[in-house]
Amino acid sequence: MSIAQEINRVFRDERQHALATLIRVVGDWDVAEEALQEAFEAAVVQWPEAGVPDQPRAWLIRTARNKAVDRVRRQAWLEEKRAGLLAEAEPGDEPAYDPERPDDTAENEGCDDDIDDRLRLLFTCCHPALAPEAQIALTLRTLCGLSTEEIARAFLTPAATMAQRLVRAKAKIRGAGIPYRVPPREEWNERLQAVLAIVYLVFTEGYAATSGDALVRRELTAEAIRLARLLAQLLPGVEVLGLLALLLLTEARRDARATASGDVILLEDQDQTKWDRAQIDEGLVLVDRALRSGPPGPYVLQAAIAAVHAHAPRSDGTDWRQIVALYDRLYAIVPTPVVALNRAVAVAMCDGPAAALPLLDELVASRELREYHLLPAARADLLRRLGQTREAAAAYREALALVGNEPERRFLARRLAALEG
Amino acid sequence: MQYLLLIYENEQNNAKMSKADGDKVMQEYFAFTKDIQDKKNYVAGEALQPIATATTVRVRDGKTVTTDGPFAETREQLGGYYLVEAKDLDEARSIAARIPAARTGSIEVRPVVKFT
Repeated sequence: MSIAQEINRVFRDERQHALATLIRVVGDWDVAEEALQEAFEAAVVQWPEAGVPDQPRAWLIRTARNKAVDRVRRQAWLEEKRAGLLAEAEPGDEPAYDPERPDDTAENEGCDDDIDDRLRLLFTCCHPALAPEAQIALTLRTLCGLSTEEIARAFLTPAATMAQRLVRAKAKIRGAGIPYRVPPREEWNERLQAVLAIVYLVFTEGYAATSGDALVRRELTAEAIRLARLLAQLLPGVEVLGLLALLLLTEARRDARATASGDVILLEDQDQTKWDRAQIDEGLVLVDRALRSGPPGPYVLQAAIAAVHAHAPRSDGTDWRQIVALYDRLYAIVPTPVVALNRAVAVAMCDGPAAALPLLDELVASRELREYHLLPAARADLLRRLGQTREAAAAYREALALVGNEPERRFLARRLAALEG
Repeated sequence: MQYLLLIYENEQNNAKMSKADGDKVMQEYFAFTKDIQDKKNYVAGEALQPIATATTVRVRDGKTVTTDGPFAETREQLGGYYLVEAKDLDEARSIAARIPAARTGSIEVRPVVKFT
């Protein structure tokens, strides 16, 4: 590996953790980011000559911290001049820091615990005092290192809007005094739920067919999985393992779920050789571990359902009864209409469409899913299987009126055409 | 850091409380106030008279305009405040959550500007 490649690799691997520590040490998000950037630039100049340090992250943190101190000192000096006061000390009075000083404890400065700073950063990005879209933007920008433009493209938002969102979020953290810390244990239940929800949102943005350009979408799912892995490594709890398993088992099917022209391929029609076996195997192990670690929460149950699908040697080998049982347990914790809908679809596979149709009719009557195209789409499918062609066609038309993305629209249109053809 | 905790409640709902319930809530306020005083969080705090006693003053084009009532009609009305000293927003939030009105109304938590 050339020195340039090695330097790039180090930056990629260490950037996240270095920034997280610097924010704690420096106490200012923007200064920390700028200082880290300057440290990278210094590394690009110095490392080819001096070699890559043994502890590159520590080097980066020390160097960045010194640059931040210089910057803050310069700013303070300027402020004092402006206020008409003479600075007591000339800048440069303090002894120069030596970035190569071996016993420097920059990483542990002001810190008496072993908490990984990336956890502090993640929990702070997902603080409840920040709006959810600010939480996602801040997580993607600071923890994942995506550029503002990439995040804007992913969420189909103008870049200027996204930039403002980030500026306001950091201003809120500063102005309102949002602490940079992992919350105390009493708050973990609530706070961890928020973090998991943000990671899951990042993943679904990347996985959905409706988001921005393809390259950014893949990056989003990859970042979500990386974040889930970080959580599993630092805070392994049942739901954290469940989320990671769910993401892996879902991502594993990415290459099988659409044709080259972007058309939808249903789960039962997917070429399973295109599934990523490594991700499936890892997901299955995690589901197993999670199920044996304690009462399962929503992520574990959803992962377990994905695991049942992944186990099927061919799609008609799927254990639908088990899936219904899992949906029963999921609905008991998360009694939402979408879960009820998914459960009904599984019931149809288990007990036939006639058994499931009343369940869907109930959902229609409750009107909670009246904007959701998958409800009439599911009804249409059951009616089609029951041979009720006219009613099925009407339901497909209802679904087409509500569908929001092109691949699914084409799929529904094809189904309708097949009925009428 | 100092935070102003603004207590918003629906006055009409409050008015429906029985005297016994009302007294109970007063006791809770006394206990809460004493607690944050003991813990050195309390800086100031007052209950405000009902919204019917509010007057709004605006000066436009040099003319003072006085109107009866709050600055805007809102579903919940400002009923009181606490000014507290807290080390960060999480501590301020936790104090706010213990204000009796938090259970039925809303507590707006505003950091105070420090002029240097």
